[in-house]
Amino acid sequence: MSFAHTVLGLLENGPAHGYDLKKVYDEHFAHDRPLHYGQVYAALARLLKKGLIEVAGTETGGGPERKRYAITDSGVTDLNTWLGTPEAPQQYLQSTLYTKVVLALLAGRPAADVLEVQRSAHLKSMRELTRRKTEGDLAEQLICDHALFHLEADLRWLELTAARVDELAEEVNR
Amino acid sequence: MNTHDTAAGAAPEGELLAARGLAKSFGPTTALHNASFDIDPGEMVAVMGASGSGKTTLLHCLGGMLHPDRGRIHYRGRDLTALSESQRSGLRREEFGFLFQSGGLVPELSCLENTALPLRLNGVRRKSAHRSAEEWLERLGVDGTAHQRPGEVSGGEYQRIGLARALITEPAILFADEPTGAVDSLNEEKVMRLLVDAARRSSTAVVLVTHEARVAAYADREVTVRDGRTRDLVQGGAE
Repeated sequence: MSFAHTVLGLLENGPAHGYDLKKVYDEHFAHDRPLHYGQVYAALARLLKKGLIEVAGTETGGGPERKRYAITDSGVTDLNTWLGTPEAPQQYLQSTLYTKVVLALLAGRPAADVLEVQRSAHLKSMRELTRRKTEGDLAEQLICDHALFHLEADLRWLELTAARVDELAEEVNR
Repeated sequence: MNTHDTAAGAAPEGELLAARGLAKSFGPTTALHNASFDIDPGEMVAVMGASGSGKTTLLHCLGGMLHPDRGRIHYRGRDLTALSESQRSGLRREEFGFLFQSGGLVPELSCLENTALPLRLNGVRRKSAHRSAEEWLERLGVDGTAHQRPGEVSGGEYQRIGLARALITEPAILFADEPTGAVDSLNEEKVMRLLVDAARRSSTAVVLVTHEARVAAYADREVTVRDGRTRDLVQGGAE
């Protein structure tokens, strides 16, 4: 995800200080990983350089100088383009798990165990996410659901592969 | 790997329900082959497995609906397999609750009467049973369906009424077979949340048969049935 675009999107609501941006970002998107101020200011510096935002004012209180940033017209255009561009669907064609299964089969190891151990890890992770989901607000539920659907897709692959592992063994050892 | 593929023998004490060495065949087809199972009071265990793996047969044996060909099932220390059909029927009515994918609500009765039915069968007076049914329908958010017939409600509501009926006797164990199999994702979520919440509140243990990992993830642990044998979730090496 483009972090700079996220900052740009937050600025579309109105001018803000770096501190406010971090607060709003953490509230909506950080989950377990709050932002470092350094990341916010680095993104703001990049956006300034590209002319996508501008300094809307500087406040001097008792403490250090605080700049307020505002999105520019080209910033709005850039944000529009980003929001309207679909994310490339991941094709998942480079699977570590598939590699492990084939290597196990080539070496005559029990490939079914590789799949079973992974299945357990996935189910454990799904249980944890489900617990988190049931205790969380709607935003938390949607984030957890996104992860759960992906884990479920992996599990279906694991189960299908487990059912065809003997067939695969014949093919790779041919 | 932690398996329960032990020979038929005495079930360990302490569990609410414990089964050992269950076998069940239907003609030439072996549905269960040396399957075992344990559940503690208030625990929720998901039974997973592909179609035809034997998971529903296991549930029917555990719930006293089927008599296994071999093996023992102990419920609170009583050997279920040694009980007569009428004794098992009494146990099913008073101590167990059932929720199936197909619902099983009586089409001629109102949703309120359906919900109250297990209490009425246990000899509870009509007024008292209906009051309790009203409370359960309200708790599960379907009190508006009380005077409708099952055919007039949505799929999600139907399952919630089924859940109210299954839990109205506050059973020690709820046996749920694919309880969300006939509803969409949003209703699946609602039904599962209500099921977990209601079961926890009444300390009801739940045996949850499902092939859906997202549904199984609501349980405390998972048991897999494969070719009629049970195995507990294996633990990964490095975490």
